[in-house]
Amino acid sequence: MNGFDISNLFLSIGQVWTEWLLQLGLSAGWVSFVNKLAGAVLVTAFAVGTVVFTIVGERKLIGRIQDRLGPNRVGPFGLLQTVPDVLKLLTKEIITPANADKVLYSIAPMLAVASVILIWGVVPFANGVMGVDLDIGALYFVAVSSFGTLAILLAGWSSNNKYALVSAFRVVAQLISYEVPLVLSLLVPVLLAGTMSMNGIVQAQAQGWFVILAPISMLIFFISSTAEVGRSPFDLLEADSEIVAGYNIEYSGMRFAMFFLGEWIHAFTICGLTATLFFGGWRGPFVDQVPALGVIYFLVKMFAIYFVHIWIRTTMPRLRIDHLLDFNWKFLVPLSLVNLIVMSLAARLTGMPRADAALGELLPYWGVLLGVNVVLAAVTLYVLGVVGSRIRRRQEAAREPEPAVTGP
Amino acid sequence: MKDYELIGLLFIVGLALPVAAILAGSILGPRKPNRIKNDTYECGMETFGPTWVQFKVQYYLFALVFVVFDIELVFLFPFAAAFDKLPLYAVVETVVFILILAAALVYAWKRKALEWF
Repeated sequence: MNGFDISNLFLSIGQVWTEWLLQLGLSAGWVSFVNKLAGAVLVTAFAVGTVVFTIVGERKLIGRIQDRLGPNRVGPFGLLQTVPDVLKLLTKEIITPANADKVLYSIAPMLAVASVILIWGVVPFANGVMGVDLDIGALYFVAVSSFGTLAILLAGWSSNNKYALVSAFRVVAQLISYEVPLVLSLLVPVLLAGTMSMNGIVQAQAQGWFVILAPISMLIFFISSTAEVGRSPFDLLEADSEIVAGYNIEYSGMRFAMFFLGEWIHAFTICGLTATLFFGGWRGPFVDQVPALGVIYFLVKMFAIYFVHIWIRTTMPRLRIDHLLDFNWKFLVPLSLVNLIVMSLAARLTGMPRADAALGELLPYWGVLLGVNVVLAAVTLYVLGVVGSRIRRRQEAAREPEPAVTGP
Repeated sequence: MKDYELIGLLFIVGLALPVAAILAGSILGPRKPNRIKNDTYECGMETFGPTWVQFKVQYYLFALVFVVFDIELVFLFPFAAAFDKLPLYAVVETVVFILILAAALVYAWKRKALEWF
């Protein structure tokens, strides 16, 4: 046994805990099982616990951006606002519509929560502090996040309500469409790190974050993940002014709260993933000496990205469905395909240096990748400009001439 | 396989949480169903006609295009994971593979499968 190492707080607590369990006389198999169960419960508790704060934080922030005060009645600065909200939802009646497909109707909210909590199983909080370091972590994230799509689709279809049905169709159109650029841009960090393990991807960012090497991939990932969460400007799933509440219109009480919970967890989960894949996850100054700092760095990065997420949410108006799909299939998908081709060729032709190479070796490599990204961005903007002005000219030509004004 | 024990447990815990919450809600909340309350909620009017009808096929064209790309992505993951061991020749082959699928996108685009009408 080695002493309690405060610098590696979380792993040390785990060691002490394991030894305590062994002293209780549990067999090694049971200890491993109890440890895994504890890990699962801790990850779930983290996800749900964070939501309590992000709800208040986001409402406060939106309030400030819209020149309001936000919640400020319950507790100091309204910090306890979530507690009465949850109590209210707990004491509401759970209604099952007579015409709904009852089995699917009751499964959907549970799937919505489980799917986002499953993502947290592979997100590294610090070096080695994570649910489990799957060697297919990135692929696992893609697989699990499509569960959430399924949950929303089930809810919309099984409600037997026309608004909910329109929402379910929009799920088909929006969520699965935006999965393509999401995964294509997710491939770039996997490719640069040479591994699908989430912790491996963070470790590969020892010398520089992937946002420096692949800024375009980061932007595509960020935009399409915002669409995956289904928040403004991509909130067509639950566009209040068009289809009332979308897929969750027939849900009430705790069942409705589960969709709400799932959506809020998903919102910061996707920010945590952006931090992990592109912003170095738990990496930061002195993290090699004091691994416990990694948790703080990770959370700071996650919430910084979440802030931008909320900022965009409060600033942008909702897109129309044809614009939304055009933006995805005619801009994001071709761009991410080109980006993947260009990045893989550039990385191979410059010869990827090892992660522990000296700075002198790394700088040309970074320069080439960053340069390629800048060139790609410039070409993209130029093409967009040319196509945009051509479309505008065609629209001008197609417009009917104004009727001439004749006399009074 | 040992790695996936935790994932399995996480799935169980993740399902147990909403199940417990919904159970608590159904115990704490009232339960007074009536015919009007259980009716479909559509702006207070009585619902008109069946809901599960044939709908705009446009949405499904996107789903079909998506399937092509989703299968492509599964093939690209091993390529990306093994990237640092691949020679240039293998990378170029993958680029050709991506270009073939890009041709599928161009085809769908030209056939106006991506237009909204």
